[in-house]
Parts: sequence; C-alpha cells; structure tokens
Amino acid sequence: MIKEKRQILIFALFALIILLVPLFLKGSYFLNVLVFIGINTLLAVALNLLLGYAGQISLGHAAFFGLGAYVSGILTTRFPVDPWLALVIAALCAATLAFVIGFPILKLKGHYLAMATLGFGIIMYIFFNETVDWTGGPSGLSGIPNLRLGPLIFDNDRNNYYLVWMITLGVMLLSINLSQSRIGRALRAINDSEVAARVMGVNARILKVQIFTVSAFVSAIAGSLYAYTMTFISPTSFGFNFSVELLTMVIIGGLGSIYGSFLGAAILTMLPEFLRVFRDFDIVIYGLMLILITMFMPTGLIGGLEALFKIIIGKIKGGAARNA
Amino acid sequence: MEGITQIFGGLTALEDVSFSVAPRSITGIIGPNGAGKTTLFNIVTGLYTQTRGKVFLAEKNISFFEPEVLAGLGLVRTFQNVELFGQMSVLENVMVGLHTKSKSGIFSCAFKLPAQIKEEKIVREKAYQWLDFTGLADLADVAACNLPFGKGRLLEISRAMAVEPQIILMDEPAAGLNSRETAGLAGLIRKIQNLGITIVLVEHDMELVMDVCESIVVLNLGKKLAHGTPREIQENKAVIAAYLGED
Repeated sequence: MIKEKRQILIFALFALIILLVPLFLKGSYFLNVLVFIGINTLLAVALNLLLGYAGQISLGHAAFFGLGAYVSGILTTRFPVDPWLALVIAALCAATLAFVIGFPILKLKGHYLAMATLGFGIIMYIFFNETVDWTGGPSGLSGIPNLRLGPLIFDNDRNNYYLVWMITLGVMLLSINLSQSRIGRALRAINDSEVAARVMGVNARILKVQIFTVSAFVSAIAGSLYAYTMTFISPTSFGFNFSVELLTMVIIGGLGSIYGSFLGAAILTMLPEFLRVFRDFDIVIYGLMLILITMFMPTGLIGGLEALFKIIIGKIKGGAARNA
Repeated sequence: MEGITQIFGGLTALEDVSFSVAPRSITGIIGPNGAGKTTLFNIVTGLYTQTRGKVFLAEKNISFFEPEVLAGLGLVRTFQNVELFGQMSVLENVMVGLHTKSKSGIFSCAFKLPAQIKEEKIVREKAYQWLDFTGLADLADVAACNLPFGKGRLLEISRAMAVEPQIILMDEPAAGLNSRETAGLAGLIRKIQNLGITIVLVEHDMELVMDVCESIVVLNLGKKLAHGTPREIQENKAVIAAYLGED
C-alpha cells in the first residue's frame, strides 16, 4: 500500500515537471525537440508493453507507427474526415492488423519472432513506398491538417507539446496501472517461464496477441500525432532503422520500466543533435551504447541509476552513523 | 478422479500405460531414470500431445486439453527443475497462481476500475493465506530468484495451491532438499491431502514415497510394471529386479 502511494507521488511529480517545462523554455527549438521526445516516449512505452512486460520482441514496430501516420494522413487529405476521427480509425486499423497477424506470428519464439516481425516491417515499408496513388510514395504525403479542439489549433510547438504530452502521460499512467495488475503479472510470468504461466492457467497465446494489439494501437496513435504535428510524412521515417531505434530506446532505458522508456526516448531523440559531428557514424555510437548498457547495466539506465542512488543513500547513512 | 493413460512416442517413451488414481489419495509414481515418469506428467498436464491414449479427470475426457484449460479445471503441477517467475516477488508468484480465480481484463486493469481494485485486494489476501500455509509469508517481498532452493520448492507448491486444484501433480518435490526439508515436505503433503486434494508425485526419495503414498505405480522403460500399496510394491519381485537387476 505504501509502495502504491509512492508510485502515485512519483508519477504526479513527473507529470508536474513535464507540464511546467514549457514555462521555463524561451526558444521554440527545444520545445520542438520535446514534442518528438513525447511521441517517441509513447512509442517506446508501447513497445515496452510487448518487449519489457511480455518478453516478445518486435523488429517491425515502426510499421504500426507508419500505418497510424498514413491512415490519418490519407483520410484527412484525400477525404473530408475529421482528424480526431481519423486518429481513432488509424489506431483501430493498426490494432486489427496486429490482431490478425498476431495469432500466427506470436507462436514463434526468439530469433524466429524477430525475423517474422522484421519481415512484416519491411513489407509495410514497401507498401508505404509503392502505393504512390495513396501515400505519395517516396516523395511523401503533404498538406496534412493540424488537430483542433474547439478554438484551439495545434499548429505551434507549445500547443503540440501539451497535446502530445497529455496523451503520453495518460498512456504512461495506464501502463503503470497495467503492470501492477493481474494482466501485468500474467505478462511478466510469460516472460519468465511461459510453461509455468500456462500451467497456472494463464492463456499465454491469447494474452500475447492482446498485448501486441494494444501495443500496435498505441503506436498508431503516436503515428497520427506525428502526422498532424509534422503535416508531412514520408516512408523513410517508418523503416527498419526506426524499428531498431525504438528497440534501442526500450533496452537502454530499461526493459519493463515505463520511466525507463521515457529516458531511452529522451536520450535517443536528443543524441543525434549532439552526434552531428560524427555524421554517418552515429549508428556506431548507438551500437556501442547498446553493447555497453546490456553488458554493464542489464536492467537499463533506470535500473543503473536506481542502484547508484541506493549506493549513495547507503554511503550517506553510513557516514551519518559514523559521525554520530 | 479416474485416469487411464495409454501412450506411444516416436521413440516409445511410454507404452500402453493405464492406471487410475482415487480421489483424495496420495499416489507415487516411481521408476528408474528414463522410465517415462516426467513424460507422463507432461502428457497429463497438456504440455505434450500423446500419440495415442486418453486421460480422464473424473468422467471428463481431458486428453488433448491445453495446460491453461486444465488449470481452470483444477489440475495443476510443479516442476522438477523449479519453474518460478524469477523476476517477480514471492507474493506475485502466488498471485499468478490466482489468475484463474480472477477475471479483470486489460481495459479494467489499465483504468483501475473499482471492480478491479476490489478483486486485486482479494487476490492479495488469498495469496498471503497460501504463503502462510507453506510458511513463506515472511519472504513475501523477496524476488523469487533470490530464494534458496528449498524455499523455491515451497513457493512452487504455494503457487500451485493458489489455483485451488482438485489434483496436484508434483514432479520430484524432494529432489535437492535436505532431510529436514524433506520431513517438512511430507507434513505439507499430508496437509494438502487433508484439504481434500488428490496428490500424485513422481519421486526418487523412497523413504518419502513409502512414508506418504497410499498407492504406488512403478514404471520401467515406458511400461507399467506394478501398481499397489507400498507394502505390495516392496515385496514385488519384478520391481526389485528392475531396480537391482535380476539375480
């Protein structure tokens, strides 16, 4: 019970900081970066539900992100569909697709699952590129409208910041709730020992498909938000590289940790800004980070920071005891 | 509870084995290594699909049921190599055992609907009760992977009991336990029987088997060699021959 209260407190503090940040930022450039951190956090949390909780890998999550962006983009530019309605339709499309492919794909384990999701991601990428009449192909889809809420138009960085982060914070809270529940426990049980989980009555097959579907749903919402804030989308944003980047965010931040996903997303979104000097070698830096973190911080940065924090607290307490 | 089993593998691991287990009894399955004891468990609990043969729970044919369905029907097992959810706490392990006793879905869990909060409280209380039952309540918040081996065995039993089974299959529950822990286990097995639960155990520890079991099935090279009371088995010539070799 105390643990639960502390969790609520941590989340409230986190949300407060996120909501207050724009008040202290002058330029719009940083705000713009923070909008992308928000979208990437949403994606990382979605992938974390699948990878961190249930232990099922996906190397094709950029496809659901892309599907969300394209369905919203196409519906609002080629048809007179309200952007909010398009967002919901896009999320439902991705969820339906995930549900349908989830049954055969999630029977696979380990490397085979990685290959299958990789293949799915590549097929979707080809779709975005080749169905030129709909998606605009490699030259992209432009003129996507902004979201509006009454008199509020989400066409500047400040408004977008609040739009994206309200949704991201909401999803983060729901994910934290989920992890502490019957379903969250069942997912973690599948992650630890699928056989034992099944013997305890957990329907692993259905549950894996369910979480895959939820994950695709959230990824597609992130895709729609991306389309509406950028107003232009092209296939390069939704390729294999981005799937790997998402995976890196989740693993660097910490598998199964929602705040870790935020940390991972924040680092990987800002890193390119700092790595400009390395030009094309940035991918080498990603790889190096991934290797070092999996070697020295198997629970990710969040786990590493927690351990560090405990050591410091221990030192302080130890010091205080000695002085007394 | 009536069980008839009859199985053939590609490499005949079990050949035409049939026997039944009386309700609320303790039955031991013994036999030399490779006799097919664990294979038999895997078939009964739905982890393997048998080539031929049927399994019945009471009157119900459960031959090709999935493990998760069998758990719902009250058939549960423990594992030879202790399959705990290592990253989760001891309490959470038992709470997973209560999965079939609760029903909140993803939506209700994510939004913390009132029904889910209420259910969660009940699940937590019940899990504590089962930890009390096996004497692990003090360790509730410890991560399962940090438990010593003997406690891990107890946790597996607590978790299985949380399913509120009619029948519990234990695969070598005494393996790796010291003599004091084994004595405790014998007491626990009787305590479980007193709750009206049928117990089947595969075990190499003859002292334990002869002590707690009311009937014993002997398997050798995939075939049923004998079935009887501990006394009958001890005097059975074929059994002695299988264990010690023919004279």
